[in-house]
Amino acid sequence: MSNRKDNEFDVIIVGGGITGAGTARDCALRGLNVLLIERHDIATGATGRNHGLLHSGARYAVTDRESATECIEENMILRRIARHCVDETDGFFITLPEDDLAYQTKFVESCTAAGIRAEIIDPKEAIRLEPSVNPDLIGAVRVPDGSVDPFRLCAANMLDAKLHGAKILVYHEVIEFIKEGDTVRGVRVRDNRSREIKDFYAPVTVNAAGIWGHHVAALAGANIGMFPAKGALLIFAHRVNSIVINRCRKPANADILVPGDTVCVIGTTSTKVPFEECDNMYVTPDEVDLLLTEGAKLAPALATTRILRAYAGVRPLVSADNDPSGRNISRGIVCLDHETRDGIKGFVSITGGKLMTYRLMGEQAADLVCKKLNINKKCETAVLPLPGSEGGKTEEVSKKIWSVPSAPQKAAAGRAGTRAKVIPLDNPLDQALVCECEEVSSGEVRYALDHLEVDNLVDLRRRTRVGMGTCQGGLCACRAAGMIAEARGCAEKAEADLKGFLNERWKGMYPIAWGNTLREAEYTQWVYNYVLGLNEQ
Amino acid sequence: MTLQEYTSSSHNFEECMKCTVCTAYCPVVPANPKYPGPKQAGPDGERLRLKDPFFFEETLKYCLNCKRCEVACPSGVKVADIIQAARIRYSKSKPKLRDRILASTDFMGTLARPFAPVVNGMTGLGATKAVLDATFAIDKHRTFPKYAFKGFESWFRKEAPDQSRFPEQVAYFHGCYVNYNFPQLGKDFVKVMNAAGIGVSLLDKEKCCGVAMISNGMIDGAKKHAAHNVAVLGKAVESGKKILTTSSTCTFTMRDEYPELLGIDNGKVRDSITLATRYLYEKIVAGEVKLPFKKDFHAKIAYHTPCHMEKLGWGVFSIGLLKMIPGIELTVLDSNCCGIAGTYGFKKENYEVSQAIGKPLFDQIARVAPDYVACDCETCKWQIEMSTGLEVRNPISVLAEALDI
Repeated sequence: MSNRKDNEFDVIIVGGGITGAGTARDCALRGLNVLLIERHDIATGATGRNHGLLHSGARYAVTDRESATECIEENMILRRIARHCVDETDGFFITLPEDDLAYQTKFVESCTAAGIRAEIIDPKEAIRLEPSVNPDLIGAVRVPDGSVDPFRLCAANMLDAKLHGAKILVYHEVIEFIKEGDTVRGVRVRDNRSREIKDFYAPVTVNAAGIWGHHVAALAGANIGMFPAKGALLIFAHRVNSIVINRCRKPANADILVPGDTVCVIGTTSTKVPFEECDNMYVTPDEVDLLLTEGAKLAPALATTRILRAYAGVRPLVSADNDPSGRNISRGIVCLDHETRDGIKGFVSITGGKLMTYRLMGEQAADLVCKKLNINKKCETAVLPLPGSEGGKTEEVSKKIWSVPSAPQKAAAGRAGTRAKVIPLDNPLDQALVCECEEVSSGEVRYALDHLEVDNLVDLRRRTRVGMGTCQGGLCACRAAGMIAEARGCAEKAEADLKGFLNERWKGMYPIAWGNTLREAEYTQWVYNYVLGLNEQ
Repeated sequence: MTLQEYTSSSHNFEECMKCTVCTAYCPVVPANPKYPGPKQAGPDGERLRLKDPFFFEETLKYCLNCKRCEVACPSGVKVADIIQAARIRYSKSKPKLRDRILASTDFMGTLARPFAPVVNGMTGLGATKAVLDATFAIDKHRTFPKYAFKGFESWFRKEAPDQSRFPEQVAYFHGCYVNYNFPQLGKDFVKVMNAAGIGVSLLDKEKCCGVAMISNGMIDGAKKHAAHNVAVLGKAVESGKKILTTSSTCTFTMRDEYPELLGIDNGKVRDSITLATRYLYEKIVAGEVKLPFKKDFHAKIAYHTPCHMEKLGWGVFSIGLLKMIPGIELTVLDSNCCGIAGTYGFKKENYEVSQAIGKPLFDQIARVAPDYVACDCETCKWQIEMSTGLEVRNPISVLAEALDI
């Protein structure tokens, strides 16, 4: 091992979403020398474009027992190992007058059979616990749903992998597989920033690229029949609900409302899209209409609540039949050994699944990798807490670090958990706010720039929530760009980055640009164009 | 799990565009670095508190509730209401005995007035002030307003001229200050109204409007007072009377704070509650009232607009009325909070901030050098009198003095 070259690894993982991160962590914890390659930033695909729902599994209980059982098991594990990423909100499955109340009985039976605690409660009690719920409801079932922050979860897995020796390369894209006959020896990658080409070698390569895994497998000479199913969602500007609200019926469009951090999210839709569109997701007016109409049936206040943005992700479903909607395909995990399947040695694909089952996907992939490498090490990811998750609630964690925490310290502890103690937050300058909506301090930004592989403002947003609040970058983007310019010593690049960031924010506001959202966007535009002169030159 | 019944907001915080003009206009921000400012404490903080009540900050107590943020806001966000409502909902610190004493204006008034000569003598003493400062944290620079030996209500019942002779009748909400401390303002009011041909009656036992209770976190008490007052105001309104006041803060509290902060429906009485200056100004402009003024009256006056008067948007009526008095040389002072904010400035911990906020106002008054200052708020009066040495009179008292009767 000691005379190994620095481009040789035990395993190369392609994909920096939650699946790749979870697999990298698992492999690193088992002592493997890991390289993870991501062509953009972490969590740029479906990982960062979903509800952030900590599924209890109840949604799948009637239609897909296997997924339901996996969900509830992983749900309970994540509550232990990812405490700072999880909000234990509980969830309701409500029956509205137009729904069949008989489904509730079947639903509760199926949940119970899958090991999911499902308790029928009085509609009045449901309204008392969650006043935003549609007051016309005729039935409610309480289940252990919750919410999980996918950016935080992905970053925490990456960090733990790094702490156990893994190397993470973001903005590196696989352009071809290095093969000897029918054996994959490694990957040729392009650094998407410097355009430099590099070769990396490992006896096993894992394809964990989500929907893009279809393309990655094709590069290696294997065909996975994947099924890109677009799901659109809307983010509201504050928490309308504090308990997840679902419809108690067969899974359909826009029937889950999830409170996550400072916002809440309604979704989703499901539409088949061609592979070419996966890199450029947009939300249509019809999707917005559908999400709002159906969403207001869960919580009527949604009809009048400010919408922050609209976004869409692509589910990496593996097509097993000809269902055009993609709803009836199992969300089950697909772990492919391409040696036995396609005769390609040293190559594994881990796909299907969902955010909730990322850890189990990582475990299955790592099991297969270890088997191929003849390594006999047990998976520990279900018991070892992620970095930052060793403490309890935000209040407890922040008081332990600072005794009387200030608002920015509280916010940092909410995001980083016990890791907040390594972030410089003691003096007033460190506590000065960069992002006022989300209380992100300059100390937190500086820490991210120095330690968390941040290339640009969008990367910074994924790690800190800068720009994710009500003003969508209006106040914070220029401050953060200034800090990036100072840290990297290049004002021109930071200025270009600032423009890119504001355009990226506008892209999400455009489909829902009316009312206060439009006012905000106009105001931001005036400030940047006419006060700061961003579009001069 | 945090129940949403404790984390939902009825305030319009989402209309905030983050322009931060509220923070630029806040008088506390430049004077007290511990205060996060109205944007952060209000709409921004509300969003975080909805996520987790742990994000409530006790530093919200530094808000004066002057409402200047709301006047400045181009989006109509009720910034100060959001802050005060958050204090009511989330604050864990209970009002101290000191706060209860300061807030219970009518209880203290009832208690102290029979002993007025003794109490007044005591509260003015340096030794008493030192004791109040040390034991109750009531700043030693402050002097409690003197208590009147005979209250306005008893004067009115026994000695006021017969009011039934006037065809037009109004009801007068005099407030604690007129009743317990300064009955002369009430007497001036009766004199002016009678001169305008209007008869005055009192309400069926009014209670303190509750503003001091609101700012000291005694919300249950404030709600009781509000419910009582709305009921007795309602009786007067039913009998066809307008309700006139001589305090801008009592007026503002009963009109706007009752429904917004206390959740007390005042819909039936709200539009009937008006400051006497506005009522008179409109009557005079409409040609319904003509007041007889002295020919030889002369006074150099500086008018200070109280913050709650600015929020009401009614400063123009008091100023307009003063301008109608022949022989008045009037300077309208720049918009600037005097810093007292009711009981806020009495508290030892707020004294320096309070004086720093008011300094530009005191400096301008010194430059103008008026005979006296005019103002519609009793607590601004105490602050300006203490800080400038000049006397402060309510516009109604100025009018009473200028009348030729």
